[in-house]
Amino acid sequence: MSRKEWPLWEIFIRGQHGLNHRHVGSLHAPDAEMAIRNARDVYTRRKEGVSIWVVRSADITASAPSEKGPMFDPAESKVYRHPTFFDIPDEVGHM
Amino acid sequence: MPSLPDMTTPDVVALAERAAASQPHDPHLEDVDLRPAFFDWLCRMGDNTLILGHRISEWCGHGPVLEEDIALANTALDLIGHTQMWLGLAAEVEGEGRTADDLAFLRDAMRFRNLQLLELPNRDMAVTLMREFLFDAWHFEMLTALCGSQSPRVAEIAAKALKEVSYHLERSSDLIVRLGDGSEESHRRMQDALDRLWPYLGEMFVEDAVDKAVAEAGIAPRPADLRGAWEQTVNEVLEEATLASPDTRMDVHQGGKQGRHTEHLGYILAEMQFLQRAYPGASW
Repeated sequence: MSRKEWPLWEIFIRGQHGLNHRHVGSLHAPDAEMAIRNARDVYTRRKEGVSIWVVRSADITASAPSEKGPMFDPAESKVYRHPTFFDIPDEVGHM
Repeated sequence: MPSLPDMTTPDVVALAERAAASQPHDPHLEDVDLRPAFFDWLCRMGDNTLILGHRISEWCGHGPVLEEDIALANTALDLIGHTQMWLGLAAEVEGEGRTADDLAFLRDAMRFRNLQLLELPNRDMAVTLMREFLFDAWHFEMLTALCGSQSPRVAEIAAKALKEVSYHLERSSDLIVRLGDGSEESHRRMQDALDRLWPYLGEMFVEDAVDKAVAEAGIAPRPADLRGAWEQTVNEVLEEATLASPDTRMDVHQGGKQGRHTEHLGYILAEMQFLQRAYPGASW
């Protein structure tokens, strides 16, 4: 008997406090509707969320780990890209 | 060094007293004439959810896929949670100093009041889900009616439980349609499950003196009043699932509500009650 696996889905959940949806993990489900139900049962048992997004894992395009160097290293020595070189007037207070 | 107060284990007795004191006043709890029927009826509600919850929990760690395993465990836990509320109120109504735990773990089979449908073995996923669906459809109508109960304590429990049961019904209906209208094998197994469970369904709608007494007190609906809405839900889902209702009688097996059970209940209780029977008062 050939065992057909359900496709994999990536699960994103928005927490109680209006934050962005965050990736929480993945699970298997035959379709999107079931993926939402399964996500409800697997990832929101402790009242973790108020909204669920599901995306088929196959639909995510990822950067290649082998290109990590050329992709990210050039940003390393460029501290001037952080906005930390401005004098903030005292009256502005905490930013 | 003096020991610090125990912050992790709440004083359960004090908590229970405080919870009871904050409950709305319910004159039905002081009605001595109503007491035996009210107690029995509450045991029916609590035993239904206890026995079905136990059956469903048997899948824990054995589910066909991880996601379904967790979903079933969640459902079982919901039902055990309802049991604590129903049997807790039953113990309060009885007024003999027993607790929900005493009722669950120290009663023998003939004192259990659950429907026979709910004690039948799981067999396979088809029987498990079909049984849950047929009960969910009844449970949903029952709790909806109980939200308008003249007993505020009953109405409060029903309102809490209804949220969870609405999801149970949504999930089980969806799975009945998917499996009924699925592969050749899943269709056959679902139809077999329906045929097997059919003769046990009538018990949900049969009325006896206990049902009559709580209905006349305005606590619960008459069992037969739930039948129309139940049939509508079940027929719609079965039709979409391409499954056929048997044209045989539904009321062949009954008596669970009065304490007459199939041979299966004893085995459930043997497993469920073993620890308390062997080590009385054991807790963690």
